[in-house]
Amino acid sequence: MPQFKTSRSAILMLAVGLLLGMPVAADTDAEIVASREKGLQIATEQKQRDTGWGDSESNVLMVLRDASGNESIRRMRTLALEVTGDGDKSLIIFDEPRDVRGSAFLSHSHPTAEDDQWLYLPAINRTRRIASRNKSGPFMASEFAYEDMSSFELAKYQFRYLRDEAVNGVMCYVIERLPADKFSGYSKTIAWVDKEHYRVQKIEFYDKKQSLLKTLTASDYQLYLNKYWRPMLLRMQNHQTGKSTDLIVEELQFNVGRSAADFDVNVLERLR
Amino acid sequence: MIQRWLQHILAYPRLVTVLCLLLIIGSGLGIGNLYFRGDYRIFFTDDNPQLLAFEQMQQQFNKSDNILIAIAPADKQVFSAETLTLVRQLTEAAWQTPYSIRVDSLSNYQHTEAIDDDLWVADLVGDELELTRSELNKIAQVALNEPVLVKRLVSADGAVTAINITLQLPEQNLQQEVKEVWQAISGMLDTFKASHPDTDFYVSGVVAMNYAFAYEAENDVKTLIPVMFAAILLMLAWLLRSVLASLATLVIIVVTVVSTLGLAGWAGLFLSTATVNVPTILMTLAVADSVHLIASMQFALRRGDSRLQAIQYSLKRNIMPVFITSATTAIGFLTLNFSEVPILRDLGNMTAVGVMLACLFSLVLLPALLLFLPVSAGQHKDSAAGSADSTMLWLANMVIRRQQPLFWGMSIVIIGCSALITLNTINDEAVKYFAADTEFRQANDFLEQNLTGATTVDFVISGDQASAVNQPEFLTAVAGFTEWLQRQPEVQHVNSITDTMKRLNKNMHQDDPAYYRLPENQQQAAQYLLMYEMSLPFGLDLNNQLNLDKSATRVAVSLQNLGSKQLTAFESRALAYLAEHASAYSATAASTALMFAHIGERNMASMLQTLPLALVLISLLLVFSLRSWRLGVLSLIPNITPALVAFGLWGLLSGEINLALSVVAGMSLGIIVDDTVHFLSKYRAARVEGQAAEQAIRYAFTTVGRALWITTVVLVTGFAVLMLSGFRLNSDMGMLTALVILVALVIDFLYLPACLLKFDAKEYKTDATV
Repeated sequence: MPQFKTSRSAILMLAVGLLLGMPVAADTDAEIVASREKGLQIATEQKQRDTGWGDSESNVLMVLRDASGNESIRRMRTLALEVTGDGDKSLIIFDEPRDVRGSAFLSHSHPTAEDDQWLYLPAINRTRRIASRNKSGPFMASEFAYEDMSSFELAKYQFRYLRDEAVNGVMCYVIERLPADKFSGYSKTIAWVDKEHYRVQKIEFYDKKQSLLKTLTASDYQLYLNKYWRPMLLRMQNHQTGKSTDLIVEELQFNVGRSAADFDVNVLERLR
Repeated sequence: MIQRWLQHILAYPRLVTVLCLLLIIGSGLGIGNLYFRGDYRIFFTDDNPQLLAFEQMQQQFNKSDNILIAIAPADKQVFSAETLTLVRQLTEAAWQTPYSIRVDSLSNYQHTEAIDDDLWVADLVGDELELTRSELNKIAQVALNEPVLVKRLVSADGAVTAINITLQLPEQNLQQEVKEVWQAISGMLDTFKASHPDTDFYVSGVVAMNYAFAYEAENDVKTLIPVMFAAILLMLAWLLRSVLASLATLVIIVVTVVSTLGLAGWAGLFLSTATVNVPTILMTLAVADSVHLIASMQFALRRGDSRLQAIQYSLKRNIMPVFITSATTAIGFLTLNFSEVPILRDLGNMTAVGVMLACLFSLVLLPALLLFLPVSAGQHKDSAAGSADSTMLWLANMVIRRQQPLFWGMSIVIIGCSALITLNTINDEAVKYFAADTEFRQANDFLEQNLTGATTVDFVISGDQASAVNQPEFLTAVAGFTEWLQRQPEVQHVNSITDTMKRLNKNMHQDDPAYYRLPENQQQAAQYLLMYEMSLPFGLDLNNQLNLDKSATRVAVSLQNLGSKQLTAFESRALAYLAEHASAYSATAASTALMFAHIGERNMASMLQTLPLALVLISLLLVFSLRSWRLGVLSLIPNITPALVAFGLWGLLSGEINLALSVVAGMSLGIIVDDTVHFLSKYRAARVEGQAAEQAIRYAFTTVGRALWITTVVLVTGFAVLMLSGFRLNSDMGMLTALVILVALVIDFLYLPACLLKFDAKEYKTDATV
């Protein structure tokens, strides 16, 4: 009985739609499809241009600021390995604060499946797996969530091209990204990707209630291996709490000879 | 001088009216600038030490502005599939609250568990969890044994649970933001109430309190102002018995209120729970001026004067008394400037300006209006006045006849009542500012009885270096403090990082209960926290408990609702404990409840210091207008004693002095002094003419007795209207002020004459020559 009701009203709506709204609806539908296609196209190009870098090693400084401007720093080394056909692998070794020195965070990301994550704690000389669905929380109490820093994979989002817009004099595509993962902390993000090099200039993060939560600005782009642009400064500003975090890349090298073996779980406990 | 001025006003009534109109319109336009503020911060100056401590704490840690929704299922069983599903849904919906940055509930509590060699951190009531009997038992088992949850988000008997929404209001337009939050919450709860008719929901928290402040003020506007208008119309009809005269008075009242509010708007003031009643108070005070003027005019009309003559007569007779009484009333209200509470200062200044405007309009605009209007002399006036005057004469004779018993009897009563003042204690609890039948108060009372106290105090304990929080000695000190807090009788719940640390240590050792203790060294503590923090989802981080560089931690304590004395006592006891047992670290305490607890005493202290000043000022004014030092000194008796008696009676009636009451003495002084001025000036006039004290008292009674009686009735009615407010700061203030004014009349009629007969029996030779 209820089913019949629903279908009848559905038919009714369809009829009304056919009579009144169809041309308009078809138009907007076509527009949406087109903007999605263009969005995906741009994202694909962005990913494409960032393919083939192999492996890298960097020293990173994080400067955290609270609402009244008090600062606190974190230091870490990161190793990254590009994996074709799957998500990238990364290893973060913490140097500061002193009391977590030597702790290491290993992540095998996957485009659609949940990432595999482990944390090695030198104080108890043990490695623990971390449930990765909780990747939306702050990383080292900073304004970056782990999901903000994990590798960019096309399958993680649904894209939509919004418009062209200049950021700091650089002409950009503005792309909306809807996260596919329901454990994401965001309802959507909007990225400004420059037209010339497909570099992310800015990202706005919207929380689950659709309010602007944070803005990431990427700057000091440098060219590596004549092909890959990397920002040396990432600044994340939280608009709701007034806190911010600067992520400063102090040193970055490519082709350091890392292989999959360096990213094996068993390596963690042998790290120095 | 005054004569010529009067001639001008009466010669060009149109010009005067137009000029007044311009003034009214010019100032009235400022009403557009007025806005409303209902948040609790309006009670505190920017440099209030408790506010500063609170704000500093909020900047270092996350904000603690919140909405707390208590959920009480009819079967008193939170751990049922139905209720836990409701909690889960409500938690999800709560994230949609505007400005929310965090939602804590039973369902999204991050339960930690050691599974194999891994640390499992997940929602206690996860999305996909099947709520079978055994799962429900397990959830109940975890929740009722978790110190973070019990008596905070779930009651110890599992009958009531709560969802806490932490908000970060941008504070651009706080009033609007609070309203937005409230509407979102009510809308959300309406849906859940409809689908769960057997479940009760109660909304509390700081933002709910802010909303209640605004809502009750709005309620005051909606209910008190119409009541006040009705009361004034009734009084005018009774006193003036003339429609047009009443109309003229209404005009004066309205333009006074409009220009006062407009000037306040120009001055950048805002309306608040306190100043929202300025119109009500002004109506009361303005009505007296007009009534005096019109009554005298009607008297002159009745004896056959032309309208112009009658107005001239009335002005000549009233100009000084109206001015002096307005000035003393204004001075009384200006003493509120010494209050610690900004909105009480606003109340004082707005009323003082309003009173002087009422004086101006009564002396300038009213005569012009009366020239245009064919005001009648008022019917039955002669007989009414005659009988009133004969009543007054009888009263005068009675007082003179019984002067000895009256003097001693009243002295004893006054001293006795004054002694009762000690029954009063200063108490400022923001929650108790709301009448017991208001929605906010009922939600709070329910929480208090069924879940936890709504009073919170946050302690911040800071080490002197980054990562101090991870040091074993620091953690031991905080754990010691936490245990000490839990032993205090008034403490309901303590939220401390040390409980999390102990739990993590246990988790890291395969959930072995023997390891439910603090980690052994700094590295362990730091790395457990690192691991835990990496596992927490959006919004549920530790930033509300740990500061940026982990040099400090916040310990949040919920207490049963305490009076301000007990609360400040608890604060100093806790800080003394920390000074003794954790002297290596610095500690501060802050919360909205503490802010209110301190403001009452600070306000009382400053108001008590101001009183003598106001008294001296007003007495000097009396000495000046009575031109007699002796009468000036004697006037202290009827000026001081009413407040003493009224506060004594208050000790019997209530015994609680909140910050609105601490200003009543100064405020009412300016009003009651009017009675003394009128009475003593007539008395002196008679004495200077050579009459004996007894005869002078009879003269005073018959000439101003009725006027005093009338104004007292008007004022008592006006302030009594405030008693209808659902906001106790206003209702208590109205009641006590009405009481002071009433007692003042009794003292003026029964005690002052007896005193004059006793202490002013000498002849007035010297005065006459001066």
